[in-house]
Amino acid sequence: MTNMTLEEKKQQVIEDFSMYEEWLDKYEYLIELGKALEPFPEAEKTEDRLIQGCQSRVWLSSEIQDGKLYFKADSDAIITKGIISLLIDVYSGHTPAEIAADDFGFVAEIGLKDNLSPTRANGLVSMIDRIKEIARGE
Amino acid sequence: MLLKNIRDQFPALDQKVYGKPLVYLDNAATAQRPDSVVELQKRLSQSANANIHRAVHKLASDATEAYENAREYVRGYLNAQYASEIVFTSGATASINLVAQSFGEAFVCAGDEIIVSVAEHHSNIVPWQLLCQRKGAVLKVLDIEKNGVLSPESLEKLISERTKIVAICHISNVLGLVNPVRELVAVCHKHGVPVLVDGAQGIVHSKVDVQELGCDFYAFSGHKVYASTGTGVLYGKKDLLDAMPPFMGGGEMIKSVSFKSTTFADTPTKFEAGTQNFNAVPTLIPALEFAKSQETDPAIMEFVYSKLTEDERITLYGTGFENKIPLFSFAVKGAHHEDLALIMDKMGIALRSGQMCAEPLMDRLGVTGLLRASFAPYNTMDEAKYFIECLNKAIGMLI
Repeated sequence: MTNMTLEEKKQQVIEDFSMYEEWLDKYEYLIELGKALEPFPEAEKTEDRLIQGCQSRVWLSSEIQDGKLYFKADSDAIITKGIISLLIDVYSGHTPAEIAADDFGFVAEIGLKDNLSPTRANGLVSMIDRIKEIARGE
Repeated sequence: MLLKNIRDQFPALDQKVYGKPLVYLDNAATAQRPDSVVELQKRLSQSANANIHRAVHKLASDATEAYENAREYVRGYLNAQYASEIVFTSGATASINLVAQSFGEAFVCAGDEIIVSVAEHHSNIVPWQLLCQRKGAVLKVLDIEKNGVLSPESLEKLISERTKIVAICHISNVLGLVNPVRELVAVCHKHGVPVLVDGAQGIVHSKVDVQELGCDFYAFSGHKVYASTGTGVLYGKKDLLDAMPPFMGGGEMIKSVSFKSTTFADTPTKFEAGTQNFNAVPTLIPALEFAKSQETDPAIMEFVYSKLTEDERITLYGTGFENKIPLFSFAVKGAHHEDLALIMDKMGIALRSGQMCAEPLMDRLGVTGLLRASFAPYNTMDEAKYFIECLNKAIGMLI
């Protein structure tokens, strides 16, 4: 998805998700994404990279190359890992300004937020908030 | 009673989630309510919605009668000596906080010690930590034994002349094992130390006789034992409650108020400040009636226990069949508890995952969280089989 615009990437995710009607199939897809995520260095699993508010542990790190943000992430729970993988795939390779200005509405469109229990939905919100904070340089 | 007839009393069970029949296995967190409970609260809300203990009119008198009948019923249920030993609260958490505040105010000084066990729910840890911070007291922690229960011998070693109170659970909400409360209390009393028992799970799964247990305080919530939420009980020995100051000021807990001096009502009213949950408290009667008369099918207990212990991928925490309630907390090698709970939720099964409000115990067990299935008398063998089948499917998806 590297050469696509942010908008195109989001549309792609929405399309990918619309292929699955059953929730269990959506989970299977997220599990695959989670398993395929590039390994996260153990040494970088530090307290400051841990996202607060998730039931499982989620680490997120970022770096800027040529003015664009690139994210790396990991989680000890595989579905959560699939979700964060999806988020960082979409937002990696874009400028901080572009990410900070995004409304992250596509997450609601794929029904992820509504179908997670409140504690887990909070985890998703925490992940999004952290990506926004990084984009704003906080 | 036939299982079908039991289930018919619980309309909440007859629903679908995500198009699948609901299999409710989170009973240790909140139990579903029978019609008798729902109907009683509805009837009282419609016919006796008036503040208790105050006005002289008919509705107030009906509401007061229902509320005080519940006190007498709970007294009998727990075999307490006096009805005044039963204080109504909003739940076990409020009951324990009441004791930590009020008993702590009266009896705990800097340098004193309070003992809790490592297997406590946060509600039986944090109120004592706050007390220790306020008073400069020290919190000491009793470990569990290899078999998962608390031992009177280990407890005795921890007691010193500075120990002011011991707070332990009847049954751990994670391990599901019944602690030898009578023996634990006896050891404390030998040293003149009072004991608070967190009975949030204990009241659901055992016949509680506070005189036989000998404990000084027994706390539980209504919603875990089929009653309306927002109800709770604190049993306390009369001489102790009498010696404790009120911890919340307000209506009804006073004898006389003036700006020079206010005098307080007697036990238990001095602990029931403000308007009580008067239409909900009476539901403790039908709820405890149900709890007393039904138990989870022992065959379910046997089936789930054997399935979870014979599977090499699974580690069950809290083993020992003899003193175990139908509550199973476990880890699956290579599969995260959150993933399992998420997948099984979509199969219609309600489970608990995570730390279960017992973070110190999770640390002690060396896990970040567990998956828990807790059964009630209305659960069927078919549900137990479906749970095991779905667990296997979910594990298959993850590893």
